[in-house]
Amino acid sequence: MIGVISYLVFFTTVASILAIAVLGLNLQWGNTGLFNGGVVAFFGAGAYGTLILGGPPQDGQLGGYGLIYPLALLGGMATAALMAWVVGILTLRLRHDYLAISTFGVAVAFENLMRNAQWLGGGAQGIRGFERPLRSALGDGFAYNILFLLCVLILLILTYLFLQTLVASPFGRQLRAIREDETAARSLGKSPAHIRLAAFVTGSVIMGLAGGLYATFYAFVSPQDVLPTLTFQIWAMLIVGGAGNNRGAVLGAFLIWAAWTASGWALSRFAPVEAQLYTGSFQYILIGLVIVGMLLWRPQGLLPERLVVSQSG
Amino acid sequence: MIQHLLDGILVGAILSLGATGLTMVMHMLRFANFSHAELLSIGAYSALVFDQLFKNLLPVMATQIVPLSMTCALVLAMVAAIGITGASAVLFDKLIFRRVREKGEELSMVFASFGLALIIRNAIGLIFGLQTKLYSQDIVFATVLSRDPLILVKPDQLATLAITLMIILILHLILSRTTFGYALRAVAENPSLAQVNGINLQRMIIIVWVLGGTLAALAGVFYGLNNQINPVIGRDLVLPIFAATIVGGIGSIYGALLGGFVVGIAANLAVMILPSGYSPSVPFLLILLVLLMRPNGLFGEERA
Repeated sequence: MIGVISYLVFFTTVASILAIAVLGLNLQWGNTGLFNGGVVAFFGAGAYGTLILGGPPQDGQLGGYGLIYPLALLGGMATAALMAWVVGILTLRLRHDYLAISTFGVAVAFENLMRNAQWLGGGAQGIRGFERPLRSALGDGFAYNILFLLCVLILLILTYLFLQTLVASPFGRQLRAIREDETAARSLGKSPAHIRLAAFVTGSVIMGLAGGLYATFYAFVSPQDVLPTLTFQIWAMLIVGGAGNNRGAVLGAFLIWAAWTASGWALSRFAPVEAQLYTGSFQYILIGLVIVGMLLWRPQGLLPERLVVSQSG
Repeated sequence: MIQHLLDGILVGAILSLGATGLTMVMHMLRFANFSHAELLSIGAYSALVFDQLFKNLLPVMATQIVPLSMTCALVLAMVAAIGITGASAVLFDKLIFRRVREKGEELSMVFASFGLALIIRNAIGLIFGLQTKLYSQDIVFATVLSRDPLILVKPDQLATLAITLMIILILHLILSRTTFGYALRAVAENPSLAQVNGINLQRMIIIVWVLGGTLAALAGVFYGLNNQINPVIGRDLVLPIFAATIVGGIGSIYGALLGGFVVGIAANLAVMILPSGYSPSVPFLLILLVLLMRPNGLFGEERA
């Protein structure tokens, strides 16, 4: 029984962390129509940033600043912001293909850099030895995991409330205006490039937060954690849940993560031994089918965006 | 230095073929097609299948065309691969892209192309296995062009380059001399105006996919011939090919041709400054550089 509960706690923690990242993507794609092909790069920037700033010193490696945890997490989010700002400022005034390609490129380059730069992120071995906050007080056991889950849930709710307020604010209306008709928005004196950049950076910071929490949870990050797979999973979550709807984004995160872990479990349990090598391929095909299938048959997702008229008459 | 330059030109030729098809599709349908590089995989693998088939049917065809490692069977297989790849490109458009397009969700097509790429790449892995394959097990020795500095070149590489240049010439003649070429450019410039002038848009889209598939199949076979064939060809080539289209300016066919060579050469020359582990990042650095200095590429025009 305790095994089931601790698994549920583990599952909910990871799903909630991913839900935060999906919320970040929803601000970019769902509300502003910005395609981010490199979600994992901003997620990874948060993860690596947090561990480098908050971790213990390592031989011949950047980091070991041993900052107190909240500062380290904020630093990780700032790293994600910086990266998003650089990519955004170069691409957001061009046609949308450029953003798609550059963000995809930034993810490839990020993973490549982390795999090779021993001095920066520990190379292929990643960063180890991170001391989780409050570990000395609570230990590594069940109580710690419950408390961590609570913190993640609180952050998820805060992110959700922040985004709900943001989207309902005049700024949120500007985002939708730009998404629907850029020329019209510009004729009303709005500056699409600035507003897009603000939305892109904000969304990426939220992904950075998710990445920082993820790395804290495992107390470890390596290039294996920043593979493109994660980007695809996060998209699938948003598309299934419903782009433009924050509640849908959270729902999608839990559904897809459940489907992913369940399919992984079923394949490892029931697939013949010689096919085990190919379970990854099966799962990717499933994710691909989910994305394409949703776009073809239910592009609005399970919970469609609710369009509101903010001032009638 | 010269060896790197030479290798870069050869890689560049392959990227050019891929980027040309991609830029045409992107220009006409206005979306970044992340599944284009998978067409190269389809081309490479279908050539592999037909190559085996022809060799088994007619053992005579297994003889090599000296001094290449290419056999008559592979040349015929290439033709078959072009057919299959072109047909799959049209099929994917019919099954997925056209439907998403007609729903008016233009931006969603990028997602759809990513999803499709995942499906194709992993389906190929499931069918053919994850291990690498080769068209020919025979070792072809490189010819020494000069001893000091040491410059080596394989006959296959030279043949690849020659065929690519020939295809570029043919493409150029078609685009600049035929009515079809004008129609193609007209549709890309302004689809509605082109339709008013009696150009069949649906047919042009199909032709563009077939052309893109043809070039991709050739690029895939050449890649397989000069390197090796594995299911992640698409994953490895998608960024360099995109970089080539951005360097040339999205939508510019001549730009993409040149961009391919620029990316190929830059990636090979970069090995002299950066440790080789970083070479997958080179296309991204090139993209950043181009966006900083000449956002619309070498030949691209501004378009919102």
